[in-house]
Amino acid sequence: MINLIQIELYKIFRKPRTYIGFGAIAFIVIVVNLGFLFEGEQLLGFLIDSLKDKFLLSGNLINAYTMAFVILNSLWIHLPILISITAGDMISGEANNGTFRLLLTRPVSRSKLLAAKFISAWIYTVLLLIFMILLSLSLGYLIFGIGDLIVIKTTISILSSDDTLWRFGYATLFGILSMTTVTSMSFLLSSLSENSIGPIVGTFAIIVGLTIVSTLGYALIAPIVPYLFTTYLPSWDIFFQMDMDIEKLYRAIVVNLVYTFAFITYTFYYFKNKDILS
Amino acid sequence: MKKEVFLQFNNVSKQYKDFLAVDDLSFKVYEGDIFGFLGPNGAGKSTSIRMTLSLIKPTSGNIKLLGKDIVNEREETLAQVGALIEKPDFYPYLTAQKNLELLGKLSRVANLSEKIDEVLELVGLTSRRESKVKTFSQGMKQRLGIAQTLLHDPKLIILDEPANGLDPQGQVDMRELIVRINKERGITVIISSHILNEVEQICNRMVIINKGKSMVEGNVSELLTGSRMKVSYVTDDNENTKNLLLNSSFKQYFNGIEKEKLSLLIEHESIPELNNYLSNEGVKVYSIEPIRSLEEYFISMTK
Repeated sequence: MINLIQIELYKIFRKPRTYIGFGAIAFIVIVVNLGFLFEGEQLLGFLIDSLKDKFLLSGNLINAYTMAFVILNSLWIHLPILISITAGDMISGEANNGTFRLLLTRPVSRSKLLAAKFISAWIYTVLLLIFMILLSLSLGYLIFGIGDLIVIKTTISILSSDDTLWRFGYATLFGILSMTTVTSMSFLLSSLSENSIGPIVGTFAIIVGLTIVSTLGYALIAPIVPYLFTTYLPSWDIFFQMDMDIEKLYRAIVVNLVYTFAFITYTFYYFKNKDILS
Repeated sequence: MKKEVFLQFNNVSKQYKDFLAVDDLSFKVYEGDIFGFLGPNGAGKSTSIRMTLSLIKPTSGNIKLLGKDIVNEREETLAQVGALIEKPDFYPYLTAQKNLELLGKLSRVANLSEKIDEVLELVGLTSRRESKVKTFSQGMKQRLGIAQTLLHDPKLIILDEPANGLDPQGQVDMRELIVRINKERGITVIISSHILNEVEQICNRMVIINKGKSMVEGNVSELLTGSRMKVSYVTDDNENTKNLLLNSSFKQYFNGIEKEKLSLLIEHESIPELNNYLSNEGVKVYSIEPIRSLEEYFISMTK
């Protein structure tokens, strides 16, 4: 199995398209940091303008934590697209290239091959996520240093600098879980398709579509919104509340696990019985 | 000595929704054969080969590959089989060497580096081992395709239309390579093809299928003896030769003049006799080209 995973990882990291995700993240992180470096006061002023009357704000408000938080907020919805570029290509790419005929005429079981492909896609997802968070924090630290983090949601939380890093750690773990669900959905779409465009567009369409539908808040749809995995994509920010909504966190974990299990199970069932015609 | 049966189709059928691709197909391939799996395009050859390799599941019937049930003992069986199905597709962004390494690891090949050297040498690609496959010609990809089938010392290799996309010289080279693999390494070879001439030149046994059904199975020489083949003659004076033929005992063979060539429909064993006759009549024969199409063979079979 380890041999198979090594082979799949080798193939992933020899494809130029693999680096699109890393490149896009690096570009955005650098641009956001430079933007705050040159126009930070204006940008921050816009964000906290309404607070100035009620709070006395002092200290290094533009810092590594602020930068990482802003970047996470802006990239969280885009990350699934970057993930699907690789995860969506894992099966359909082999079908499209005609290389499934080479792989599946070797003495390797379909299940093991599929498991190796999923694990490799998952490793890529984790690396992409860790890269995003580490780059955001480290570049922010180099340019701005560290300081307290102001989080403005329905409530305002001011998190002191020594109470923040662990929150990024847990947010990353939650991000790994929710992006594993995205990876498994993209993987399923990849098994159903004979080209890579379908799974990438499909992943994007499902996530954006469900997000829009749940945001609209129609009464007809409201009862199912808590059961959609897309509802919990931004739930990493639970860790940045002073009083964390543990119930919501628990629900988010369960929903993501159920979807991941369902996507993977169906992929294995479908692929094991699939006629390879490509 | 009785030869072992390497591949056996027992009443195998494959039904897609509204299309019967393979219809109750049965045949056998024996150890040491170069076996031709012949049929026109769309006859069900590729579906049958994919079923042999467990890429497609049969709707009914069973397939024994090297004495084992391919569906239930897939991995053990495939460890002894090499296959090149349709186009030789590889990872284009990797080198020939790296492609073979990945495939060799999947087959758990011992001494992989030495095996890669050996098979690249055999197919004449040693000097291009570090080139990315995307820079390869179709002929080079076909040869690399053959190389990957041999990596794990298989007992049997299955080649689906191996001459597809090759120029005439490439087709000759491919045929020579297949015969060498069979003779020097003792590997049984199954070749699917829609070209009767190709099978006739290198195969000892064959099955012909059409519309998913077996039409005929047996030794190539026995099956083709007695059947008429189309032969084109180019002579110094085709009109004169035509008149000579029409006034001789060979007039039954005359089929017309096509593109400045005399066309004859003649049995294989009668060709030397005709050559003697033309030579005695002072006709200079510049070329004799046998053209035996599958369609013509089907027609001769049903006559």
